[in-house]
Amino acid sequence: MAEFILERGNYWAIVGLMMIGLYIAFSPTNLIKRLIGLGMFQTSIILFYITLARIDGGTAPILYGVDDPKAQGGHGGHEDAGHGETTHGETGSGEAGLDALAGHDASAGQPVDAQDVPEALQHIAESAHDAAAAAHGAGFEHVYSNPLPHVLMLTAIVVGVATLAVGLGIIARIREAYGTIEMDEIRAMDIELALSEVSEQPGEQTVEKGAGV
Amino acid sequence: MLDWLLALTPGFVAAHAPALIVVAPMIAAPIAAVMPNGRSAWLLAILATGASLFMALTMLAQVQTPETGGVISYAMGGWAPPAGIEFRIDALNALVLVLVSTIGFLAAIFGLPTIEAEVYRPKQAMFFAAYLICFMGLCGVAATGDAFNLFVFLEISSIATYVLVALGARLDRRALPAAASYLLMGTIGASFFVVGVGFLYATTGTLNMADLAERLPALSGNRAVMAGYAFIFVGLGIKSAMFPLHQWLPSAYAYSPSFVTTFLAATATKVAVYAMVRFLFTVFGTEFAFGDSSLTLVLMPMAIAGMIACSFMAIFQTDIRRTLAYSSVAQVGYMLLGVSLGTAVGVSAGLFHLVNHALMKGALFLAVAAVAINYRQTQLRDFRGLGRAAPWTMTAFAIGGLSLIGVPLTAGFQSKYVLVLALLGSGWWWAAMIVVFTSVLAVIYMGRILEAIFFRPLADPNRTVSEAPFLMLVPLWILALANIWIGVRGGDVLALADAAAQAVFGQAYLVGGAGS
Repeated sequence: MAEFILERGNYWAIVGLMMIGLYIAFSPTNLIKRLIGLGMFQTSIILFYITLARIDGGTAPILYGVDDPKAQGGHGGHEDAGHGETTHGETGSGEAGLDALAGHDASAGQPVDAQDVPEALQHIAESAHDAAAAAHGAGFEHVYSNPLPHVLMLTAIVVGVATLAVGLGIIARIREAYGTIEMDEIRAMDIELALSEVSEQPGEQTVEKGAGV
Repeated sequence: MLDWLLALTPGFVAAHAPALIVVAPMIAAPIAAVMPNGRSAWLLAILATGASLFMALTMLAQVQTPETGGVISYAMGGWAPPAGIEFRIDALNALVLVLVSTIGFLAAIFGLPTIEAEVYRPKQAMFFAAYLICFMGLCGVAATGDAFNLFVFLEISSIATYVLVALGARLDRRALPAAASYLLMGTIGASFFVVGVGFLYATTGTLNMADLAERLPALSGNRAVMAGYAFIFVGLGIKSAMFPLHQWLPSAYAYSPSFVTTFLAATATKVAVYAMVRFLFTVFGTEFAFGDSSLTLVLMPMAIAGMIACSFMAIFQTDIRRTLAYSSVAQVGYMLLGVSLGTAVGVSAGLFHLVNHALMKGALFLAVAAVAINYRQTQLRDFRGLGRAAPWTMTAFAIGGLSLIGVPLTAGFQSKYVLVLALLGSGWWWAAMIVVFTSVLAVIYMGRILEAIFFRPLADPNRTVSEAPFLMLVPLWILALANIWIGVRGGDVLALADAAAQAVFGQAYLVGGAGS
C-alpha cells in the first residue's frame, strides 16, 4: 500500500495542491485570497503537465553534444531521426529531431487498458520509457524529456499571468469603489442598494405587483 | 445558396479564410487600442468584424461545395496536422462562425452610440480593442481543430470579457464584483477543461481533435479517459452556463455595459455549447458519451432543472436585463435538452435553437441597450409607456419577446417545434410537456414586460424619451426581421443545422479531411 502511494508521489502532491487551491478559490471572503487560491489551482495543473512530460533519465529537451545538428558530427544523427519519423507514419515537416521526440510519437499513442487512473499513468510512464528507447533508436545519444507539455505550459503560464493581472486590476477597482475587498461586505452593500432601488417609488410598486401575471 | 460568393472571393482569401477570420480582428485590436478616439476605433472594429463575416460566409459556401467534401482543413503555419495546429471547418464550425461573426458585425455597428453613452471617453478606443480580442477568441474557439488551442482561444476571449464586464462600473459599481466572480468561475472552468485535455493527452499522445477521435474508441473503459471526460464536461458546462454552474451569468449580464451584454448573450455561451457538442459527439463519440457513461442521465435532468428553475427566477426579477439573463440560462437548457437526446435529430434541434436564441436575445438586449441610453437604468418601471414613445424600438423588442415565447411565425416557434418533435421521436413525451410548460412561464415573464411597455402610461411624463439612434435601429430591425424570416421560412436555417448535425454524426472525422 505504502509503495502504491509513494510510487505516485508527484500525482498525490498535485491532487492535494489542486484541492487546496480550489478550496481557497471559493472559501475566503477576501478577494485577494481567492485569487491566490486560483493561482495555486493553475500551478498544480502546470505541475501535472510537466509530470506527464517526464522521462526517466531524460534531460531538458534541448539537443546538445552529438545530437545537435549544428555541431560537428551530428549530421548523420539528424538524418536518421528524420528517417525514423517517416517510418512512424508521422506527417510533421522539418525539424525532424525535435518532432521525433514530440508528444505525437507512435509509442505514446498506443492504446492502454488500464482500469484506474494511477495505473493508466503508470502505463504512460512505461510508454515514456518506450519513447526513450525510440529516441535511442532514432539516433539520439541522449534521452530528452517530452518538450510538448513544456511548451503547452508556457502558454498556460502566460494565460494565468494575464488572468491574474486582470483579476488584480478588478480587485483594485473594487477597493476604490467599495472601500473593501471582503466579498460579504460588498454583498451586504449591494443588497442594500438593490432594496433601495426597488422601494424608490413605493406608491407605484403595488401597481407593478398587480400587473405581474 | 452561396455560390455567387465563392465567385466573388479572391483566391488568396478563399485559401486562407480559416486563418484570416481570426487574424483580421487580432491585427485590428492593437491598432484600435492606439487610435486617438472611439470613433476611429469603431470604424476599424466594423471593418475587422465585417471581414470576418465575409470569411465566415465564404467558408460556409466552401463546405457546401462538393470539392471540399464538407471539410476544410487548414494547417496553421504550414505544419501538417496532427503535429501542427489544425484549423478545421465543417458544417458545424461554419454555422457557428457565421452566427458569431454576424452578431459581432451587427454589434460593432450599433456599438458607437451606446459606448459613447456608457463608457468613459478616453477608454473608448481601448474598449473596442478589448471587444475585438473577445470576438477573435470566440472565432478561434469555433474554428480550431486542436484541443489545447481551443483552451487558449477560450481564455483569450474570456479575459477580454472580464475587462468588458468590469467597464460597466462607470454606471453601476456592481459590475466590479460581478466581473470578479465571473473571472473566478470562468478561470476554474477553463482550468478544468485543460486538466481534462491533459488526461486525454496522457492516454493518447495527441491534441488534435480528429486524431483524438480516432484513438479514443480503442480506449473505452479507460479510467483516465473517463476522468478527462468528466473534467472537460464540467469545464465547458461552467463556460456555457449549464444550470447549476450558471451563477456567474445573471450578474455579469445585468451590470456590464449594454453593448457587452448584447454581444455576450448572443455569442459567448453559444460558442461554449458548440465546444461541448464538438467534444461529446466528435471527440469522445456518441457511444462513449451516451452509452458507456450514460450522459443522458446527467445532462437531461440538469437541462430540465435549468429550464424550470431559471424561468421561475426570471419571473421574479424587477430588472429587465436580469430577467433576460435568467431566461438565457433557461434557453441554454433547451439546447442541452436537445443535445442530451444523443440523436442527430436532437442535436440538430439544439443547434437550431442555438442560432434562433442568439437572434432573439440579440434583438431583445439591443432594444434594452437603446432604452439604457436614455434611462441609465433598466428597471421594469422605466419601460412603462415606451411603446407609444418609441414605437420602432419597442416593436422590435416585442418581436424578439414573442420569438422567445415561441409564438407561431417567429423563429422561437420553429426551433421549439423541432425540439418537441425530436423529443417525441425518442418517446420523451413528458420532456415535451415540460418544454410547453416552460414556454408558458416565458409568456408570464415576457408578457409582464410587454404589458408594461404597451399598456401603461409613461413612467415619468417629464422625461424626454426618444427612439433609438439610427445606428441602433438598423441592426435591431435586421435581427427582428431575421426572427420573422426564420419563423416563416425555417427550412433554410434548419437545413444548415441538419447539415451541422450530420457533420457531427454522419461522416468520419479524419485527420486532414482525407476521409470524405
